[in-house]
Amino acid sequence: MDSTKNIKPVLELRDLHKSFGDNHVLKGFNLKLYDGENLVVMGKSGSGKSVMVKCLVGLLQPDSGSITIKNQDITAMGQKELDVLRTEIGFLFQGSALYDSMTVRENLEFPLRRHKDKIQNFQDTETLVKEALENVGLANAIDLMPSELSGGMQRRVALARALILKPQIIMYDEPTTGLDPITAKEIIQLMRTIQLKYHTSSLIITHDVDCARVISNRMILLVDGINYAEGTFAELSNSKDPQIQAFFKN
Amino acid sequence: MVYLGFPILRMNIANPILTRTKSFFAEIGDMAFFTARFFREAFTSPFEFKELLRQCYNMGNRSFFLVGVTGFILGLVFTLQSRPTLMQFGAQSWMPSMVSISIVREIGPVIIALICAGRIGSGIGAELGSMRVTEQIDAMEVSGTNPFKYLVVTRIAATTLMLPLLIIMGDVVALLGSAIVENLKGEVSYMLYFNQVFNALSFSDIIPATIKSFFFGFAIGLVGCYKGYNCSTGTVGVGEASNAAVVYTSMLLFVIDFIAVFVTDIFIEV
Repeated sequence: MDSTKNIKPVLELRDLHKSFGDNHVLKGFNLKLYDGENLVVMGKSGSGKSVMVKCLVGLLQPDSGSITIKNQDITAMGQKELDVLRTEIGFLFQGSALYDSMTVRENLEFPLRRHKDKIQNFQDTETLVKEALENVGLANAIDLMPSELSGGMQRRVALARALILKPQIIMYDEPTTGLDPITAKEIIQLMRTIQLKYHTSSLIITHDVDCARVISNRMILLVDGINYAEGTFAELSNSKDPQIQAFFKN
Repeated sequence: MVYLGFPILRMNIANPILTRTKSFFAEIGDMAFFTARFFREAFTSPFEFKELLRQCYNMGNRSFFLVGVTGFILGLVFTLQSRPTLMQFGAQSWMPSMVSISIVREIGPVIIALICAGRIGSGIGAELGSMRVTEQIDAMEVSGTNPFKYLVVTRIAATTLMLPLLIIMGDVVALLGSAIVENLKGEVSYMLYFNQVFNALSFSDIIPATIKSFFFGFAIGLVGCYKGYNCSTGTVGVGEASNAAVVYTSMLLFVIDFIAVFVTDIFIEV
């Protein structure tokens, strides 16, 4: 990704530290996400990937370091400014996190109702909801409750909800965890299609090697709270470093 | 450190007591911050009126039947149990006055609030707890919505507004139950019964009881939301949040009741 080095990143983490009591999870993590790029952050379970991504969207406050999204430092932002910036970010949760008291339609309408100014006309809600569901191939599930959907369908609806405000950056927290291999492949394919259609920048947190191989333009390995290695999938998978090789062994 | 003589006792007994005492006061402090945040968020825009109305409807509608049945049986049983004793003194004509004052001032609000603590408080604790565990609260925050305002403020406001209405309805149904017993057993007409009820009741009975019910409603919403919103991870956490919401609210209701009676006693000459 040499061509990206002169471009300003849409998202940048600098020297991020985060501890929970004596457990120092992130020890100076750095990351840059460029426009239109698919960046995969890979690490073992419990390595701090989810903590890092939660710091990125303001769900957790880092102990130190800076987080810049679209040239704005989110650690210095007020709640209202952060809420406005969050409309530019889509987030797919590990467990889908659909509101289980609402139908699929209401789940998708929820962000639209909160940010009416983001859509030109509130009458467009129905069109936007249908478009988002068609993008993920679930137009028929519009009036179902989340409990009536399979795990894969829930993940697709969650993806549709993350996309409904047409964000420029999408963050995926373990998008294929808990899914069977076929559904996982479908989700990965869907992520690629969406990235190409909307030209979004994607940050994918995963420990799924297949997911990383298919979708990544660039990868960062998170080990012991730091970016241990960085490069393309091919570069890292051919590395002789035993700690890097451990990620790619079957 | 409390010294109990033997080191082994100091380890096994004194430390858990100290730890529990510390965590009890830490929780009181957390709840005070939670309450302060509620007042701060409740009076700043944007206001979630639609969600507030939905919560009011849900809480009132879902508790309507339970409160009605409880109130009816309460009035029925209270009259049936008191009747023989009053008859021994030839004071059965005092039955409507005694029952109405007891129910309106004390028994109605406390019993119905306890029923609502079980019905509404545990429901809030379990719902918010499960939303926390499944990251729905995080999802709400990421979508640019203040989950505290949307979930907590609306629920606490709804319980505060709906509980007095449920208690008034429960009191009326309880008096109806009592009137049926008096009519069947004592051949007292409904007109005479309710005439005596209205003669016995004054504003000094109704107003303090109604004010007290607002505090009961606030306590039910506050504890349910606090426990659910700060639920620890896992299904065990959800169960604990729901259970703790009922236990702590029930205790708090009696404390509020004691304070309310004490304050009423100071300000209103009975």
